[in-house]
Amino acid sequence: MAYTQDEVLAGLAELVNDETGIATENVQLEKSFTDDLDIDSISMMTIVVNAEEKFDVKIPDDEVKNLKTVGDAVTYIVGAQA
Amino acid sequence: MTSIQGTQSRAGSRILSVGAARGDLVVPNDDLVGPIDSSDEWIRQRTGIITRVRASEGIEAVDLAETASREAIERAGLDASQIDAVIVSTISNTVQTPSMAALLTERIGATPAPAFDISAACAGYAYGVAQADALVRSGAADHVLVVGAEKLSEVVDPTDRSISFLLGDGAGAVVVGPSDEPGISRSVWGSDGSQWETIRMTNTLGSMRDGAAWPTLRQDGQSVFRWAVWAMAKVAKRALDEAGVQASDLAAFIPHQANMRIIDEFAKQLKLPDTVAIARDIATTGNTSAASIPLAMHRLLEERPELSGGLALQIGFGAGLVYGAQVVTLP
Repeated sequence: MAYTQDEVLAGLAELVNDETGIATENVQLEKSFTDDLDIDSISMMTIVVNAEEKFDVKIPDDEVKNLKTVGDAVTYIVGAQA
Repeated sequence: MTSIQGTQSRAGSRILSVGAARGDLVVPNDDLVGPIDSSDEWIRQRTGIITRVRASEGIEAVDLAETASREAIERAGLDASQIDAVIVSTISNTVQTPSMAALLTERIGATPAPAFDISAACAGYAYGVAQADALVRSGAADHVLVVGAEKLSEVVDPTDRSISFLLGDGAGAVVVGPSDEPGISRSVWGSDGSQWETIRMTNTLGSMRDGAAWPTLRQDGQSVFRWAVWAMAKVAKRALDEAGVQASDLAAFIPHQANMRIIDEFAKQLKLPDTVAIARDIATTGNTSAASIPLAMHRLLEERPELSGGLALQIGFGAGLVYGAQVVTLP
């Protein structure tokens, strides 16, 4: 069953929290991973790989650089679900 | 008809000893941050590196290789004349041919042992151990010297933010010899040339002939990180399976010292128990490519001699992309 946007956001917020300790309520759609959440490239990749597993999607390396905001990632994951 | 006399094979091989040589200059992060508009904190946070060692001008990779090799041979209780093959892994030798191995073999007094270089970047030491194990077990050689030797400061660009600030200079050497029991597991090694450009040189010899700048190293850090942790964790698990051991049987985990964040995440993926010592030589040595695993092993055994005789999982991975992993009995 496909995850809804809200479910992906909540799941992603948990992954961000696991990796960085950032409170889940601060992981909001408009937030930039680098500028607002201060997530570095290595943590970003860890979150991406964990998101692939959690939501059963593929996020290629070339796509990761396009995921500037939490909303970008949520939209991509929702769209990439089989 | 006269038949060819066969070679007497052996049950096993093992690492008899390890030797190390590090660059003589301690280079703190503050010395490198200017041209990359960075800070000590930025480098520490992303790499775990506090200082890296580099060799002075006039000290070449082969000089470091000689020091490490002499220590390894002495610790094995051998004379150099008993070394009957020399394998050197290097990517920073500025001489295309002849090999560093032939020069090293002459310098340490092991001539006329067969000597050759291999180009397998940060997996080069593990590739060398795979070959040494096969040579010794097959009976083709009795004692093989495997060396990783790099002067990576020859191929750094001070303005590069991708890899240069990670790199250090050093050499590590092991002697592989006969053993009644297997002391080196069947190697899990391979390549993935579809990612040939993930870690690369900026220019070729041909482009230099036509006026291009001196070639330096670059990497796609995020792609390397994903591959080095999650793909390599699978390789490491296969190496444990080949050896027939569990993570809890290990005394030590000695991965290529690429980046502390890779080492930490790698250990997490492997679910290593607290009883397993994890090599973290990168903090003060930096990334020395093919030299990093034997250097890290050497330090671990200096600091914790009680680990000697225990099992270690060693895994190298790098430009190619290439990888190699074995479980070994620590010398």
